[in-house]
Amino acid sequence: MAAALAAAAILMSCPPADAAGTVKIGILWPLTGNAAAAGQASKAAAEVAADIVNNKHPELADLPLAATEGLPNQGGAKLELTFVDHQGNPSLAQQLATRLITQDAVHVLLGAYQSSCSFTATAVAERYGIPFMVGESAALNITGRGFKWVFRSTPIASDYAATYMRFFDDLKKEGKKIASIAVVNENTDYGTSVADSIEVAAKKNNLPVAIRIPYSASSTDVTAQVLQLKEKQPDVVIFISYTSDSILYMKTMKDLDYMPPMVIGDDTGFSDPSFIPAVADIAQGAMNRSAWDIGKPGSTTYKINEMYKAKTGRDLDDTSGRNMQGFLVLADALNRAGSTEPEKIRDALAKTDLKPEQLMMGYNGVKFDATGQNTLASTYLIQLRDKQYQLVWPEKAAATKLDWPMKGWKQ
Amino acid sequence: MLLAQVIVGGLLLGAIYALFSSGLTLIWGMMNFINFAHGEFVMLGMYVALLVVVWLGGGPATFGFAAAFALFVLGVIVYASLIRHVMRGPMLAQILSTFGLALLLRYTAFWIFSANFVSLPQVSLSGTLNVGGILMPVPQLVAGVAAIALTLGLHLLLTRTTVGSQLLAVAEDRNAAMLMGIRPDRMQALAWGLAAGSAGIAGALMAISYPWSPSVGETFGLTAFVVVTLGGFGSVPGAMYAGLIIGLIQALSAYWLGPIYKDIVVYALFAALLWLRPQGLMGKA
Repeated sequence: MAAALAAAAILMSCPPADAAGTVKIGILWPLTGNAAAAGQASKAAAEVAADIVNNKHPELADLPLAATEGLPNQGGAKLELTFVDHQGNPSLAQQLATRLITQDAVHVLLGAYQSSCSFTATAVAERYGIPFMVGESAALNITGRGFKWVFRSTPIASDYAATYMRFFDDLKKEGKKIASIAVVNENTDYGTSVADSIEVAAKKNNLPVAIRIPYSASSTDVTAQVLQLKEKQPDVVIFISYTSDSILYMKTMKDLDYMPPMVIGDDTGFSDPSFIPAVADIAQGAMNRSAWDIGKPGSTTYKINEMYKAKTGRDLDDTSGRNMQGFLVLADALNRAGSTEPEKIRDALAKTDLKPEQLMMGYNGVKFDATGQNTLASTYLIQLRDKQYQLVWPEKAAATKLDWPMKGWKQ
Repeated sequence: MLLAQVIVGGLLLGAIYALFSSGLTLIWGMMNFINFAHGEFVMLGMYVALLVVVWLGGGPATFGFAAAFALFVLGVIVYASLIRHVMRGPMLAQILSTFGLALLLRYTAFWIFSANFVSLPQVSLSGTLNVGGILMPVPQLVAGVAAIALTLGLHLLLTRTTVGSQLLAVAEDRNAAMLMGIRPDRMQALAWGLAAGSAGIAGALMAISYPWSPSVGETFGLTAFVVVTLGGFGSVPGAMYAGLIIGLIQALSAYWLGPIYKDIVVYALFAALLWLRPQGLMGKA
């Protein structure tokens, strides 16, 4: 009892971190289960980001906190990361968020990949009054619940939907035929929310949605879905899918000899490290969205990618990149707060104003509105060439020209 | 035509369900024992196939046989080192032992193979047959036909051979079988070997067309239980019909009602059947 009281007293007083102190970040990701690959990749990215903040990296001086050691305004305090594994399970995410706050006494939270998990975990943070940064989850309903403590640096479903519509407009201007689209979405918060946004945006742009197919990401057979697409013949099929299902779709489409003029993957499964090795030879020209671009040798993004590659042996991907950006935004706010008091961190987050050149991702900046959503978030579109994605849209940032229609398995 | 395509797809998938479920039903029939690790056996079969393809090369005949053999050995080892002992314990210990085994196998696979999804590199089997407008992907066709042949083979082994008679004798009455000079331990080890081996080869056949990760066993284990219950505990032909029926129901309901409803339809029909015929399609009442 006495120990509990003492612990409570320590919690309530929240002393600012001293020179030798640490600032604790609790991170919730799926480190096992269906989306474990993405969770593990993001974990490695967060560790690289912590290295950038905690140690001197003058070569990355464009990024806030890279050149210095630790958080200068907090007496050089270092960031300490506590990772927990919610396995993609929303109720587990909720429990773990509670545990991170009450037992591990973390100062801020970051997470949680699956929108459904971010949805429950952020509610816990709101109840306890601990700032929560959502680095990656795209479902609309995570912000916009009137929460004070939830911030999201990533673009969201409606941003993505708007991007696709602008892309289609550009294509039409070039005389390409986009008479109808199809939307195939996994049926949890993420897929449903993005697909809803695309349907709304398409309606506004007078673009018919020939068919919408919700399905479960754990399906072992998608023949029926592919046959439905084949029947409707849309000009573009947008997949909002996780990993195994997106691979299965590509393989089934080849097996049933169906290739639409273009396939667009809404990140996630198409960005998973296992996607390219599995289907590169049958999905040539498939498009994907990404706010991440490795860039030219010598650039900040290139150097970050080198650090990540040294750690994991792989290039950084968009999902992990957006999580890493969320981490860096959080670190910047922690520094400006000059204290580990939740209120001060929250205020610092609300006042965040990062310029594009201070970011590693291709956002137009980071500035949060009253709901906690980054109003300057945006994304690029990329296309699979051989075993790599190349930036193809918008044209002004493009590394190479768009291939239309896609080649798929036909060389 | 589209409907025929859907039906063919459902039956091909159902054939694989039949094969990996027949092993589960065999162990149930032999020893009234529920094996919760059955889905993990399927998962390990998939990884054996991957390792063989990557290290040794070779087609489905090679890695299918390798997976069957490796899992047969594992099945015997599991029987000798674990099942034989817990059989003497209380019912709860029996149930929890294979549940524990399932977790052990799953997380060992996570440890060794990581959580990333993998798929077989393009094996010699590829391409699509066009039979009167119905497209049949060769890998699934070979897998489906092989699965049905193997399930029938298992059934013939049990009903038409001396070994089969000995297996069934042990299942019928352990003590009487011992009096006839049959060693129940050997027969039950063989049953575990056959059950795990059929799960292994089913995994290898599925690995040709599906990407997977160590958690895939969960899905397959659940499917196998539904198939076995529907077909009747202990009946290999029952598992075969039930596997085909479930594959077909899933495909048709996914096509007519939408993919998110397919499991609802399967489980609703399953519950209705249990109500009308609790022993399953071909189980003994």
